[in-house]
Amino acid sequence: MSSWAPLAAAGEVGGDFFRERDSDSLPCQARSDEVFCFNWARENLDRFGTPTVQHLEIVALAILIGFAVAFALALLAHRVRWLQPPLLAVTGVLYTVPSIAFFFLMLPVTGLGKDTAIVVLAAYTLQIIYRNTMLGLANVPASVKDAARGMGFTRRQILWRIELPLAIPEIIAGLRLASVSTIAIATLAVFISAGGLGTQMYGANLTFPTSIIIAAAIVILMALVFDGLLLFAKRLTTPWQKARLA
Amino acid sequence: MSLLPPLASFGGAIEFIFTPQESNVTGGEKVGGFSQALELTVKQLEVTALALALALIVTLPLGLYLGHRGKGELLAVGLGNAGRAIPELALIALVAALIGVGLANVTPALAILGIPPILTNAFVGVRQVDRATVDAARGMGMSELEIIRRVELPMAIPTVMGGVRGAAIAIVATATIAPLAGVETLGDFILNRNVYGEDGLLAGAILVALMALAIEGGLALLQRRLTSDGLKLKTA
Repeated sequence: MSSWAPLAAAGEVGGDFFRERDSDSLPCQARSDEVFCFNWARENLDRFGTPTVQHLEIVALAILIGFAVAFALALLAHRVRWLQPPLLAVTGVLYTVPSIAFFFLMLPVTGLGKDTAIVVLAAYTLQIIYRNTMLGLANVPASVKDAARGMGFTRRQILWRIELPLAIPEIIAGLRLASVSTIAIATLAVFISAGGLGTQMYGANLTFPTSIIIAAAIVILMALVFDGLLLFAKRLTTPWQKARLA
Repeated sequence: MSLLPPLASFGGAIEFIFTPQESNVTGGEKVGGFSQALELTVKQLEVTALALALALIVTLPLGLYLGHRGKGELLAVGLGNAGRAIPELALIALVAALIGVGLANVTPALAILGIPPILTNAFVGVRQVDRATVDAARGMGMSELEIIRRVELPMAIPTVMGGVRGAAIAIVATATIAPLAGVETLGDFILNRNVYGEDGLLAGAILVALMALAIEGGLALLQRRLTSDGLKLKTA
């Protein structure tokens, strides 16, 4: 049995990736042995536009949903302490199951397409964001909370005006980790026909190194931009950290 | 939405794991079944273990050393964070297209994915050890190597193992797409859908999920065994 056969059922993914293309007379986009083909890159840069937007959409929605759910779970577990071990275990399982397996496990339920990708990637981020939010809340010094209580803050005021602001560095650290990993993993969404930059790394019509390298570069760049934006958001929301450094 | 059709497809997948099934393309030859599932499982475990071992050998000493010296934070943490952005699909596809297929080429590629978490966590774990403790060890006449081995590493075990677990998860997950580079792991069931059918695809996904959970569980147990009793008391 050949080690690889077309994945015809899963949409545009196909299998001529490893077919020998031996003619030297062909322009380099038709050969798979060229490391990087600048001519092709110049002429075909536009074909990365739509996949980039799709990728961005999947990742942004997954992180947004993941954050909303994980944050709500953390607030709940902060109040209802006995929920902490089971929540850590459940989010741990969702984090551990490899995304590619998770995609296909969800197929009978949510089908092919980007909904499945978003759900699975959101589930993947839960553990990181949940754990970091809990860590941030746990790191708030008891003396600060005592002082707030002494000033007449209610429990809710302490949470929203004392604990959560002080937990922002950890929460954002979690978001950074989650977004960088999610952006990389979202390339696998190509296997469930969800689009994204994975389509330019592995597909029937253009699977040669130049395309893989450009798509990978866009993925890494996107991760850097997300990381930078979140770092910037942390600076904006925690002005006291800068004061401490100065 | 009824839950019955999904449940029925999982039933077919479990049958696929234990009994060979007819395939559309092999001309009557049956596919799947326990022996093939076992073979692919063993292959995936093998490539995962090899890649994790390679990543550990290369990275752990470096991370521990940098943490001990307190140098190279940018390298250890920065490279660690940047490494998470490597798209695994591109890595495997590029290795297959440019370097070659097979175990010897895929193992180092997978090891690359294990390097970031191990490096960052080894560095941070050692760095977090109380400097006074290290000074005390030095005062007792321990050499720098002894300090790393007998003081810093034991105290950093929870963090270091956290990195190893992260690396193992990343590696076993990516080993699933290793069939793209000619290493037949459980991903073969998942990716060769026209050979193994819907049942095979789901069977592969179930087995990969179980394997990742088993590896994570095993490493969590190992972490508990490696953590010294004194440290367990402190956290309890």
